[in-house]
Amino acid sequence: MKRYILARLAIVPFLLFGIVTVAFIISRLIPADPLTSIVGERAMGNPEVIAAAKSKWGLDKSVPEQYWAYLSNLVRGDLGTSFRTKNSVVSDLAERIPATLELAVTAMIIGGVGGVLLGKFSARRKDRPADHAARVFALVGSSLPVFWTGLAALFLLYARLGVFPGPGRLPSRVDPPPQVTGFYTIDALLDGDVSLFWQCLARLILPAAVLGWAIMGSISRLVRASMLDEMHSDYVRTARAKGLRERAVMRGHVLRNALLPVLTIVGFSFATLLTGAVLTETIFEWNGVGSYAVAATRNLDYPAINAVCLFGGVVFLLSNLATDLLYALADPKVRLT
Amino acid sequence: MTGPLLSLSGLTVDFSVGDGVVHAVRGVDLDVNHGEVVGLVGESGSGKSVTMLGLLGLLAPNARVGGSALFDGTEILGLTGKPLRALRGGRIGMIFQDPMTSLNPVLTIGRQLAEAIEAHQPTLTGKRVRARVQELLEMVSIPNAAERIAAYPHELSGGMRQRVVIAMALANEPELLIADEPTTALDVTIQAQILDVLADLRQRTNTAMVIITHDLGLVAGVADRVNVMYAGRVVERAEVDEIFHKHQHPYTAGLLRCLPRLDRRGIDLDPIGGAPPRLDRLPEGCAFAPRCRAAIDECLVRDPMLRMVGASVVACHRAPDAVASLTGAGA
Ligand SMILES: Nc1ncnc2c1ncn2[C@@H]1O[C@H](COP(=O)(O)OP(=O)(O)O)[C@@H](O)[C@H]1O
Ligand code: SF4
Ligand SMILES: [Mg+2]
Repeated sequence: MKRYILARLAIVPFLLFGIVTVAFIISRLIPADPLTSIVGERAMGNPEVIAAAKSKWGLDKSVPEQYWAYLSNLVRGDLGTSFRTKNSVVSDLAERIPATLELAVTAMIIGGVGGVLLGKFSARRKDRPADHAARVFALVGSSLPVFWTGLAALFLLYARLGVFPGPGRLPSRVDPPPQVTGFYTIDALLDGDVSLFWQCLARLILPAAVLGWAIMGSISRLVRASMLDEMHSDYVRTARAKGLRERAVMRGHVLRNALLPVLTIVGFSFATLLTGAVLTETIFEWNGVGSYAVAATRNLDYPAINAVCLFGGVVFLLSNLATDLLYALADPKVRLT
Repeated sequence: MTGPLLSLSGLTVDFSVGDGVVHAVRGVDLDVNHGEVVGLVGESGSGKSVTMLGLLGLLAPNARVGGSALFDGTEILGLTGKPLRALRGGRIGMIFQDPMTSLNPVLTIGRQLAEAIEAHQPTLTGKRVRARVQELLEMVSIPNAAERIAAYPHELSGGMRQRVVIAMALANEPELLIADEPTTALDVTIQAQILDVLADLRQRTNTAMVIITHDLGLVAGVADRVNVMYAGRVVERAEVDEIFHKHQHPYTAGLLRCLPRLDRRGIDLDPIGGAPPRLDRLPEGCAFAPRCRAAIDECLVRDPMLRMVGASVVACHRAPDAVASLTGAGA
């Protein structure tokens, strides 16, 4: 186990370096001239303005030189200044990451718990109408694009029925709670403001459910398949032959063992969540990394694009790392070696 | 307490499959007396496991069990819920063929044993359960029992795992122990050890047992009586000595020829010849007829019923001459 963990951790620096480099390449690959977005269309004819801007942003240097400057700045925690907001990209991101995390974590809970329950429900009713209905429900969630389900949810549940509040993290003219975690729901509770908590939660649920629904399908499909596999295994028959209640057999043996492979797709689901977050945040006017990414791309904001790529890469890296470590912890065959 | 402990009569098991019905068990009568060890022998696929799993409702959902099974005088077929659970692992313990797969890989053996105890004695304290777990592991001669409690199945050898499975079946001092091919998946030397554990158990506790095996040699040392099964029926039943020396059914004779013996060079690799019939399309007449070297015309049209012949109960039209006719034919 120790060796496994050390080996797994040892490759992290290499992966990080890869992410850093790929993020740089991506931000340079964008086939347009960022100067336009810096100096504006009209000043593009003025060579002096252009030269000044080029040297200010380092665009007059060769790509390897830019890469080197980027690396040395990165080591100092400097990701540059956004062309668009004129703020340091690091502080821009720091402001937005909690919003995205709050959305993603809530979506993960909804998708994960929903997926496991749905998969279990299906497996126990294999090939019956309820199973088919549950599978269709999961399939629809994972095949419809989130911008579509997001818009449909807003239209139906907000505009038409009014059961959910509109887009945005906060009602208009309401101040966010004093920042502790950056999660508005938690911070509101910490501040003792229960009514603000409910308001924030109500605004969080809809986008989180839309995102969660998108990952529910892959989880429930895997839970169903792996529960059906486990149900026919010999040790489940042994458990029944011991005189255990059916519920204890299902929970203590079938589901428990079936969840082991499910752990492996948690990392993958997180990636789906992140890509989904870009669209969801835009539709739900969620001031997170996703909507920041969209604005950065629109404005050819190199430093911001680069930082968002880095963020995505690091989240992906960490969630996969967490998955592997969890799996090692959950499977005694790995844990005990 | 005068009647048999377990009494099956006309037990049937049908499986509905895509395009028909598999008649896996076709009317089995079988008694097990208190403290008696009964062998249930036959080639793979003859319905031995299905018969015993059917008693406890442990078959796949596409199975339908019919007939009657009295346990201690009470009908147990069709039981559900609490009364069924009280039998499973309580009054009737089961041991399965493959110790590599019959234990849950992600739970410690201590946990799995404790589960068996707690299912039937929910009021025991954790400490008492733990003591009992250790006692059970010692009972099946697992060395360092106290340390093994925290072990996972993959940390134990096949023989040790099978001891754990046996300990689990014994957790609640069952009156009947059903051992389904308890040694088939194990090395020869380990097989002997597991048989010793069972024999020892029998001496100490007087538990009745059904030992299911495809290997007649295995029951020779442990069983009192033997039932030979073929294509979902019992075709011969006798005391163990009679089965070896005065058997009446050509199929029993075939099974015996499968055994390696000192007085014969080598082993007859295909002593019976052919394969068992398809259970969804059984021939008319004796199910063994297509493979039987003693078959006569009658065998192809009329199904033989069980009847007393000498010291055996046998289902064969030609008994008591059938077996003699085999050797007469130089088989
Ligand atoms: N779930 C099932 N569906 C259909 N047929 C089955 C099922 N389980 C067992 N059978 C059939 O029942 C027959 C008897 O099997 P079994 O009792 O396991 O034989 P054995 O004597 O080797 O223990 C076999 O032909 C097998 O194919
Ligand atoms: S009844 Fe006929 S076919 Fe069947 S075992 Fe006896 S002799 Fe053979
Ligand atoms: Mg079997």
